[in-house]
Amino acid sequence: MNARAALLVSVVLSSLLSASISSGQVSFERILGADKEPQNWLTYSGTTLSQRHSLLNQITPANVKNLELQWIYQARSLEKFEATPLVVDGIMYTVQAPNHVIALDAATGRVFWTYSHHPVRGRPCCGRVNRGLAILDDILFMGTIDAHLIAIDAKNGRPLWDTTVASARSAYTITHAPLVIKDKVIVGTAGGEYGIRGFLAAYDAHTGKEVWRFNTIPGPGEPGHETWGGDSWKTGGGPLWMTGSYDPVLNLTYWGVGNPSPDWNGDDRPGDNLYSDSVIALDADTGMLKWYYQFSPHDEFDYDAVQVPVLADMEWQGKPRKVILWANRNGFFYVLDRATGQFLLGKPFVEVTWASGFDEKGRPVLVPGKIPSAEGTLIYPGNPGGTSWYSPSYNPRTGLFYIPAWVNSSSLFVKAPVKYREGREYAGGTNRSTVAFDWSPAPNFRKEEEGYGAVRAVDPHTGEMRWEFKMADVTEGGILTTASDLLFSGGREGYFFALDARSGELLWKAAVGAAVQSGPMTYSVNGKQYVAVNAGTCLFVFGLRQ
Amino acid sequence: MRAFKLCTSVFAVFLATINTLSAKQQTDTPSEVNDGRQLFIANCAVCHGPDGDSVPGVDLGHGKFKRASSYDDLVEIISAGVPGTAMPAFSKVFEGKGECLNCHSVKNKGSRLGPDLAEIGAVRRMIELERSLLEPNAEILLQNRMVRLVTRDGITITGRLLNQDTFSVQLIDSKERLLSFQKSSLKEYAFVDKSPMPTYRDKLNPGELADLVSYLVSLKGIGGQ
Repeated sequence: MNARAALLVSVVLSSLLSASISSGQVSFERILGADKEPQNWLTYSGTTLSQRHSLLNQITPANVKNLELQWIYQARSLEKFEATPLVVDGIMYTVQAPNHVIALDAATGRVFWTYSHHPVRGRPCCGRVNRGLAILDDILFMGTIDAHLIAIDAKNGRPLWDTTVASARSAYTITHAPLVIKDKVIVGTAGGEYGIRGFLAAYDAHTGKEVWRFNTIPGPGEPGHETWGGDSWKTGGGPLWMTGSYDPVLNLTYWGVGNPSPDWNGDDRPGDNLYSDSVIALDADTGMLKWYYQFSPHDEFDYDAVQVPVLADMEWQGKPRKVILWANRNGFFYVLDRATGQFLLGKPFVEVTWASGFDEKGRPVLVPGKIPSAEGTLIYPGNPGGTSWYSPSYNPRTGLFYIPAWVNSSSLFVKAPVKYREGREYAGGTNRSTVAFDWSPAPNFRKEEEGYGAVRAVDPHTGEMRWEFKMADVTEGGILTTASDLLFSGGREGYFFALDARSGELLWKAAVGAAVQSGPMTYSVNGKQYVAVNAGTCLFVFGLRQ
Repeated sequence: MRAFKLCTSVFAVFLATINTLSAKQQTDTPSEVNDGRQLFIANCAVCHGPDGDSVPGVDLGHGKFKRASSYDDLVEIISAGVPGTAMPAFSKVFEGKGECLNCHSVKNKGSRLGPDLAEIGAVRRMIELERSLLEPNAEILLQNRMVRLVTRDGITITGRLLNQDTFSVQLIDSKERLLSFQKSSLKEYAFVDKSPMPTYRDKLNPGELADLVSYLVSLKGIGGQ
């Protein structure tokens, strides 16, 4: 072997070695550049900007009619299947409720291994669900119903460490997918119907030790504490139950905070109740608050602001601007400057009767009398909200923001006295909704004016709706857009469908037999693009007919 | 007043007896007891007396019957009456002048277009039943909504909505056909806001109306129905 050949072999070997080492090694750099490897899905919303937009374009408006089922994974669980899978180099990782991690062949659905955590406690309001995992290097991270954060070896499913984040006895739970930033894993706690005191915390990815913590309900001495009357802050809620986002340039992580407790009776918590129903922007290294914006001060409608913060860079009034796009459960669509928190736009995307608009600082102007009462007060949007945790999408190609919306949905909000008891429901009333939460498709007898679901496409610059795709029933399905200007979503009535992202025209649909209750995602293996979504207790994976 | 109190206590024991006879124990709410008391006064006490013991061999207050040994027996006697005696058939109006079986069914008898009434006495109070008979448009339950559709061929079909989604609609029509259509195949599809049930305000006299309500209240869906 001459020197030239030896050098060539050396380069090839080195390249192969490097490839084999990097295969499955999900560095944080890879997560930051996730859009550049669209064959994978490395974090809950696709990238840390959370646009749920993929650059894959093999499936197009022209050929989407040829989509067909490739494989199904049937969960051994009767709980709602809300997880968005991760896909790393042909391996899919997902969570079967409540806390069973599954590694599958992403091309065939065959299972490599299963790791089961059996939560001993846990009283989530709305199902023992889990929305997914995070990954860093070869370590998967899962929050659990009993408020643990567990690190799992991605190769064999063995637990590496298990940290107790909060007390399950006090009804703290974790339902969302964690977010990895640098060498930390960030999770927040749910339990807003049980009088928790919420917090977001970062843990060392390799040891599970807590690095920083941000209390969503500030205690004595912390800014914002003055927005809570008496001792109400101790049981003030402020849960986190959807995954946040991250801007690497600003080094800020953004999270949506849920409702104050008790939900429908604010008498014992006078004040704005920071940081409930707010977006918080934290320094990713320290957890220090950089800014916040509160969507619904002193909320009494359970308008959790837990939606996924969608980060976008766009022209704003002639200048480039880094913004957050946010369709809130309270019925308004917002645009905020994500460097400063400045309120740029607020406009209803469904009917809103609790507020009439905004003052110059972006604070909502309340409509007198529109508060819960003993006899009940009719409010739009209803308790389920104009939207909720269902992932929206932003497509930079169309410039449109896509919202899974509940339209014409209202509730009669009834207020009642309530006392805090550890681990027990702490809601302070009830509500009667025209369209109730109902996890399984029931016969639908409703007229359109009594509530329907829709994908609504909104122009972020104006808040105006460009088009709407109506569904007879409401939707708990998230939205995925792709670089071929396709939009994938589904609804409670059990269809998964593809729309033209520019016009809203229906291009393809599949009857999946149960409510779509997850955010669709896409990936490719060996050059073939797949689209995956959960409905009922199954994960469905579609691809083009060969 | 004394007669009223007696009726109340007799009815309470009668109710307890009925519950004992029924295959499954029922828990009667105060409003149901009150409804039953009024029915007893209006329909039973005239012959059975305020103590429920005026008919020889029958003591309703102490669970003594001539012919009934089960809950179903009691419902059957109240519905069909006892031929050759003064005990009337409370279902007579339901099956006869009221023509209720044209749209409704009980015990697999009648039409399945309208809601099955085998359990109507268990899910609707007397006052609600009376209101439905007199003002059928006052409240139409979601599951009893009617739709009207016109196919591309120009055929008009009206029926009770069983389900719908974005793309399709399912219904049962007056011929008791279970039908499913793609909405894209229809020229028209709309809800019918008015109930197809006629008002019985001028069709039945007060006695007939009371008999009909009594019969409906007796339909608790317990036993082999």
